[in-house]
Amino acid sequence: MNAPIALTAARPVTDSVVEVRNLDKIYAGTVQALKDITVDFPRGQLTSLLGPSGCGKTTLLKIIAGLLPASAGEVRVNGKVVSGPGPERAFVFQDFALMPWASVIKNVTFGLEMRGMAKAEREEIARRSIARVGLAGFENRYPHELSGGMRQRVGLARALCVDADVVMMDEPFSAVDEQNRRKFQEELLTLVAQEKKTFIFVTHSIEEAVYVSDRIVLLSPRPGRIAEIIEPDINRDGDTEAIRRHPVYLDTVDAIWYSLKTYLD
Amino acid sequence: MIVFGRRIPMVASLLLWAILWEIIGQLQVTILLPPLSSVVMRLFEIVPTASFMSALGVTAYAFIVGNVIAIAVGVPLGILMGRSVIADRLFLPWVNLFLSAPLTALVPVIMVIFGLGQTTIILTVVLFAIWIIVLDARAGVRSISPSLVEMAHSFGANRLQAFTRIYLWAALPEILAGIRLGVIRAVKGVIIGQLLVSIVGFGALFKLYGSRFLMEHFWTALLVLFALAFILAESLAWLERRVDFYAASRG
Repeated sequence: MNAPIALTAARPVTDSVVEVRNLDKIYAGTVQALKDITVDFPRGQLTSLLGPSGCGKTTLLKIIAGLLPASAGEVRVNGKVVSGPGPERAFVFQDFALMPWASVIKNVTFGLEMRGMAKAEREEIARRSIARVGLAGFENRYPHELSGGMRQRVGLARALCVDADVVMMDEPFSAVDEQNRRKFQEELLTLVAQEKKTFIFVTHSIEEAVYVSDRIVLLSPRPGRIAEIIEPDINRDGDTEAIRRHPVYLDTVDAIWYSLKTYLD
Repeated sequence: MIVFGRRIPMVASLLLWAILWEIIGQLQVTILLPPLSSVVMRLFEIVPTASFMSALGVTAYAFIVGNVIAIAVGVPLGILMGRSVIADRLFLPWVNLFLSAPLTALVPVIMVIFGLGQTTIILTVVLFAIWIIVLDARAGVRSISPSLVEMAHSFGANRLQAFTRIYLWAALPEILAGIRLGVIRAVKGVIIGQLLVSIVGFGALFKLYGSRFLMEHFWTALLVLFALAFILAESLAWLERRVDFYAASRG
């Protein structure tokens, strides 16, 4: 077999939006899900949390989101310690988490409504973000009338329209079919380039992580700790199709596979 | 229903039984069963009378007030039990106990405390209706997908907003099923209450008709009650079907 290809080492982060320091998470007093996690999420970039199941990637994301408490250590967002969810962070859920009784526009405006924004104003913002994810014309449809891919677009529009600094995505495309997933990945790149937002993306797909990420945090399982941090040196400005044929893309996918293989049972 | 290759509407079987009733009534087999035709004639005669209308009004009042109380208390209690382990531990044994208990035996106790009046009947209605409403609201809340709760939390909903905007709606199919079953039980509650108190509403009428062997009157009152209970249950079932589409899509 070939020797593992050397991975591009991560550069030190100068401007981080989210800082995680010495984070531990212990479930039910015994199960150590995360151990001594220290990592930075650079502003305006997409960072992936990648690893096999049981590595605690979703747990880490939920702690950053303020949905789960940490057992030790802290998370800072824009310098402030996280103690719960906040308006500077938005979440995209794996199973979409749409309200089945509410129309698309009501789902998308949920976050703004909770902030007490007037109806006309929030609906105008929501319309823009619905158009932004390619769902213009579907404002008054209900979730059960939409395909899986379209439902996740609603989830994405909801996260975008609260205008948070950090958008967190928990395996957002895993419940979407393969063709739609590829389309989503391409659109995500455009979104990251256009929006001045920081994206944190959880995935278990190596190809997906390498394709969309500026920075990949590789987690190893039981207990979850950081194995490596990789910055694939791929120019994403040009053709989004060309990335999948880029030598660095292919090498990075290979290298991560070699690295993760040792952790599989 | 299809018989000999022809579609027979469901009403047909009802018609069959009505004819049977009429025949047995005309044969004068027993004084207890007058012919349906004379019962129907009696219906038009006594329904518009003041005593019947007042019985209907008194019954409707106790029934509606009792149900409103059962729903207003039962739904929030059920939601609370579905969300809080402590509340669940505290109330669930009692709810289960009362759900299966022979509640009729408790009505005399209420009667002793609250007297022979509307209060007793309203409380009987509540007693009959509330438990299944609590239990179904609880089941509805427990079936909410955890990510929907996380969604509400992460987009800044406070406890009250989470309750009114998420829990209530997410549990609506089960809540409505509970209310439909509760309302059906409440029909029993209001009649049993009135029969035991026996000086109010239909209870008084039944006692009067029964003691004077006015069987046509008796059957008329019974027909009206059965029809009302049926219409009520069916309209609630219709309402329930309107929200059922998302019960399946919750996953």
